[in-house]
Amino acid sequence: MGGNLVQNYGEVVAMVLFGIGFTNLLLQKNMIKKIIGLNIMDTAVYLFLAEKGYITGHIAPIIKNGDFSPDTYINPVPSGLVLTGIVVSVSVTALMLSLTIRLYRRYHTLDLDEISTRLKKEGR
Amino acid sequence: MSRIRDQKKYEKTFAFHFFRWLSGEKDMYVGNMEMKPQREPEETEESIEERMKDHQQVLAEVYDQTKNKELLLFEKAYKFLSILFCLALVAILIVTVSYLPRVGNAANPDNNIVSETYIKEGLRDTGAVNIVTGMILSYRAFDTFGETNVLFIATCCVMILLMVDEDKIKENADSNDRDFEPKNDVILQKAASILVPIVFLFGIYVILNGHLSPGGGFSGGAMIGAGLILYVAAFGFNKTEKFFNEKVYTVVKVTALVCYGCIVAYYFLTGANGLPCLVPLGEPGKILSGGITLPINIFVGSEVACTMYAFYALFRRGGL
Amino acid sequence: MNIFNMILLGFLVVCAISVSFSKNLLNSILIYMSYSLVMSLIWILLESPDLAITEAAVGAGVTSVLFFVTLKKIRAMQDDGDREESHEQDQGPEEV
Repeated sequence: MGGNLVQNYGEVVAMVLFGIGFTNLLLQKNMIKKIIGLNIMDTAVYLFLAEKGYITGHIAPIIKNGDFSPDTYINPVPSGLVLTGIVVSVSVTALMLSLTIRLYRRYHTLDLDEISTRLKKEGR
Repeated sequence: MSRIRDQKKYEKTFAFHFFRWLSGEKDMYVGNMEMKPQREPEETEESIEERMKDHQQVLAEVYDQTKNKELLLFEKAYKFLSILFCLALVAILIVTVSYLPRVGNAANPDNNIVSETYIKEGLRDTGAVNIVTGMILSYRAFDTFGETNVLFIATCCVMILLMVDEDKIKENADSNDRDFEPKNDVILQKAASILVPIVFLFGIYVILNGHLSPGGGFSGGAMIGAGLILYVAAFGFNKTEKFFNEKVYTVVKVTALVCYGCIVAYYFLTGANGLPCLVPLGEPGKILSGGITLPINIFVGSEVACTMYAFYALFRRGGL
Repeated sequence: MNIFNMILLGFLVVCAISVSFSKNLLNSILIYMSYSLVMSLIWILLESPDLAITEAAVGAGVTSVLFFVTLKKIRAMQDDGDREESHEQDQGPEEV
């Protein structure tokens, strides 16, 4: 076990949240809770990325008073990656919710086990 | 141009025999062994019905969860093993995190020459005071273009799944779920009439000042989208259609994506860097500086706003 | 600042666990909305204001509203299921 476990508490929390989101996605029966689990996984990954870019004592990456030295600002690269990710996550959620609505119209249930059982009974 | 052959000529070719063998329709014994003349099996209606009933009964019994012991055992084992698997995954990840370098250390390996270059040369190359916005719109413009594409495709997919005909919308307009809500709620309308102008104004401010202060295309677009959603929820679709109907939506979305695509194509042809910029960079700190970042922010912002509104409208009533 | 950070992160974990264990769907969506908002506060503490604004507008705004509208469509269909089914009869075999 490496030595940085207590000092990286933010990243540990991000991993715990990832695990919780993954467990939700895997084990919940209700489809809407599965989608919430996927969203929690997404935000946990963004938290991890933002923690990688943070430097203690430095300020946000907006240039102030003509100061160009990299000792004043945090790392701007992970911030750009997360910005893309947040917007893609909302698109994926919208798509999944519309699929849920169509499935509900056809089978009148939100329980994934029941839907797969009915599919097997229909013979597909 | 190709012509379709006769069925008889096709049956003599090699392709017909090959594909018939591949799909399993070829009977290996016909023409190869001595056989009695074949006849179609005679099936009465009752025997067909009986056969289907037996089939359904077998399926019902195998998948009946209350009676089948093996299925119960499998379900319990599945739950236990899956919880174990998730705990193992979290444990592995936490052990990995403990080996990573300390958070907040300035000498981390990921604070390397790339971020240094972006900070030192960012303002000089792109003209944007906000380093992150300048970075994602000029150094990494392709990523942002890909993401704008993803928004466009997501809206198209949701349209395919949820759009209904215009006649059905008018049919359902009175009998839809607004039956169970009071129409023209006074509190909501008064609050919306105060909040919506502020939200729009702030959204436009954030988009236009993306290169000078935190924000940019995505945040501003999401805000304008949220403002549109509030307006529609308070005042109904009839009022919104006067200034934002399907035509306006199509024109705005396609124009934004095509213009952004042309700019990215120009970058691609001139060295995939966007530098030096054709548009003059201006003085840093003024609103008309930043070169090409201001137009791109406007395109991205309008695209995101249209997407958010389209999601809400398609979910709510099946049409824009 | 350290202690405030730790309190917010603890709140995140508590929110995530209570989302999985709540029985009412509406409650879980509301808890998810507050989770999103606290996440936005943590971005500010990590000195990235762009992410904070975007997450507040998108996570606690648009995504939660989409969840609510889905819930409304599903429950509304529960009440007038007959009306929906009569519309769906013609399209049934083609959908699947």
